[in-house]
Amino acid sequence: MSLLSFERKYRVRGGTLIGGDLFDFWVGPFYVGFFGVTTAFFALLGTALILVGASMGDTWNIWRINIAPPDLSYGLGVAPFAEGGCWQLVTICAIGAFVSWILRQAEIARKLGMGLHIPFAFSYAVLAYVTLVVIRPVLLGAWGHGFPYGILSHLDWVSNVGYQFLHFHYNPAHMIAITFFFTTAMALSMHGSLILMATDPRDGEKVKTGEHENTFFRDDIGYSIGALGIHRLGLFIALGAAFWSAVCIVISGPFWTRGWPEWWNWWLELPIWN
Amino acid sequence: MKTHQYLRATAALALSSLLLAGCEAPPPETVQLGYRGVGQEQVANPKTLAATVAENQVPAPQPAVPAGGPKAADVYENVQVLGDLSVGEFTRLMVAMTEWISPEEGCNYCHVDEGFQYDTKYTKRVARVMTVMTQAANVEWGAHVGGAGVTCYTCHRGKNIPANVWATDPGQPHAPGVMTAGQNIASVTAAYSSLPNDPLTPYLEGDEEEAKNLPWRVAGTTALPSGNRSSVKQTEWIYSLMMHFSDSLGVNCTHCHNTRAFYDWEQSSPARVTAWHGIRMVREMNNDYVNETADWLPDHRKGPMGDPLKVNCATCHQGAYKPLLGANMVQDYPNLSRYTVAVKAEPVEENAQEAAPMDDVENGDTLREQVEQVIEEEMTTSE
Repeated sequence: MSLLSFERKYRVRGGTLIGGDLFDFWVGPFYVGFFGVTTAFFALLGTALILVGASMGDTWNIWRINIAPPDLSYGLGVAPFAEGGCWQLVTICAIGAFVSWILRQAEIARKLGMGLHIPFAFSYAVLAYVTLVVIRPVLLGAWGHGFPYGILSHLDWVSNVGYQFLHFHYNPAHMIAITFFFTTAMALSMHGSLILMATDPRDGEKVKTGEHENTFFRDDIGYSIGALGIHRLGLFIALGAAFWSAVCIVISGPFWTRGWPEWWNWWLELPIWN
Repeated sequence: MKTHQYLRATAALALSSLLLAGCEAPPPETVQLGYRGVGQEQVANPKTLAATVAENQVPAPQPAVPAGGPKAADVYENVQVLGDLSVGEFTRLMVAMTEWISPEEGCNYCHVDEGFQYDTKYTKRVARVMTVMTQAANVEWGAHVGGAGVTCYTCHRGKNIPANVWATDPGQPHAPGVMTAGQNIASVTAAYSSLPNDPLTPYLEGDEEEAKNLPWRVAGTTALPSGNRSSVKQTEWIYSLMMHFSDSLGVNCTHCHNTRAFYDWEQSSPARVTAWHGIRMVREMNNDYVNETADWLPDHRKGPMGDPLKVNCATCHQGAYKPLLGANMVQDYPNLSRYTVAVKAEPVEENAQEAAPMDDVENGDTLREQVEQVIEEEMTTSE
C-alpha cells in the first residue's frame, strides 16, 4: 500500500505512553509502538492456545469447536489446562490484546494531537467483554460462569443463562440496552442517508451542504441536531448500548437470582395501590 | 443554582436507592447442572435458601404404637378407608392428621360432638378422598414421588387448606371488545409474566385423550423449518405452564432442560422425566380425586367458577425443588403408602410407570365453559 503524499508529515515521533522511541516506527501502513507489539503477542498466543484447545477437543468443525471455562468447583482458582485452564489463558490473552489495542489507539491519537474518543469508545466494548468473563464470574465466585469460546457453544451459554432468569426480556437493563442498539441503528441509518442525500446527488445536480441537511430535518421533524450533534448523539447511544449490555448481564445472578418477570413486582407493590 | 444542585443530588440518590432496592447482594449460591461453560446452572440467593430450609422442616413423627390389636373397623363405626389398621395405628394416624391439617381446630375440624362416626361435616368426606389420593400417589406414582413419598403434611403444613391451590381463573374484568387472549395479567401462576394466566386448567385437568391434543411440543426438532406449525400463541400456553413449574420448584428452566434443544430428552436432565410423570400424577389427582368432591363441596371451597380447589406443582413443592427438601416422612406412616381399601381399578392408566417416552410428551384438559372458548381459540390456532 503506497503512502499518500501528505501522509508522511503526520508520521512524527513522540506521544508514546510507554517504551519511548523503542517501538516508535511503522511497518507498512501500520503504526507499531509498544502496544502494537503486545497486541500482536497476546493475539498470536491466544489464537495458538485456541488451536491447542481445539486439538484436544473432539472436532475440527469450525461451528462446534469449544474452549470451555472450568467447572464451577474450581471457584476462582486455576484449573488444569485440559479442564478449563486453556480457557483461563485464552481469557488473559484476549484481555491483554484488547487492552493493548485501546492503548495503541490512544498513542496514535496523542501523536496526532487528537482527542481520545476512539480509545474511550472501544474501551466500552472491552468493558462488556471483561464484564462477561471477569467481573460477573468474580461476583458469582467461579470462573466457570464465563462464556465458552466457540461459535455454537457460546450461543448455548447465552440461551441457558437467559433461561436461568426465566424470561430475560423482562430484565430492565436488557430493555434499555436493546433500545440503545435499535436507536443506534436508526440514528446511523438516518445520518448515513442524509449525508448521501446531500453529497451524492443525481447527475446534473449540485452537492448540497449543511444548510440543506438541517432544513431537511427541520421540515421533517421540526428539529435538526446539527453536524456535530449527530456524532455526539451517535457516540452516546452506541456507548449506551454497550454499557447497558454489560449492566444487564452483570445484574443477572450477582444482583438478582429469580425470574426477571418477578423483579417487576416492585411496581405491583408500590404503596400507592398495594 | 444551589437549590438545583440539591434537587439533582436528591433525585440521583432517590433513583439509585430505588434501583438498589430491587437488588440482591452478591454472591449467590450456584449449582452446576451440565457440562462446564454451557450455563446449565441453578442460581439462588442464600437468604432465600435459608428461608426454604427453615420452611421445610419436618415435624417429629408421632410415637410408635405396639403392633397388633383389633382392627379399627371392628372397634369404630363407619371407618371406610382406614378400617384395616389396628386401633393403635389408626389412632396414631388420626393424631398425626390433626397435627398436619387442623392443629387449631383439632378433631372437630372433621368430626362432630355427637360421635366420630358421623359424616356430618364435608371435611371428613374430603379427608377420605384425600387419604386415598395420598395412598395412590405413594403406590402408583413412585416415578414422581419416589424416595420421599408424600403425606398430608407435604401439602397442608399445618393448614386446613394447602397454601398453594388453584381453581380455573376467569381473568380480570375488561372492557368488551378487548381481546385479552387469557393473558397480560401479572399472574402468580405464570411467575408474574404476561403469559396466559391460567395454563393449569387446560394442562393439569381433564382426561389423557383430550390432553394429547394440547400444544406441548411447540419447538421444532430440526435446525431448519420442516413443517412445524405451532404458533406463538400456542407456545405461550406451554411456556406459561413451564413458568409455573419453575416458580413452584424454585428452579429455572435449566433444572430440566438444556435450552438449546428443549425437546431433546437426550440433552435434558433426569429431573425432566420426574416432571413428565408429575404432570400425569397431578392430572389424576385433580380428575379422579379432587373433582370427585365437586358435587358436595361447599362453595367457599371452590373457585370463582365453581370448581374445587385443585392441585398443582406448588401444592406440594412450595418453592422447593423437592417437597420438604426430599425428607421422607411417609416411612413413619406406612399405612399412607399402601392401599388400605380395595381401590377402584382404573385410576392409573396402564404403563404410567414405565420410563418416560423419549419421544412425544402430551396431555392436558377440559375447561370451564367460559374460558373454554378463549383457550380453544388461542391454543388451536397454528400458523
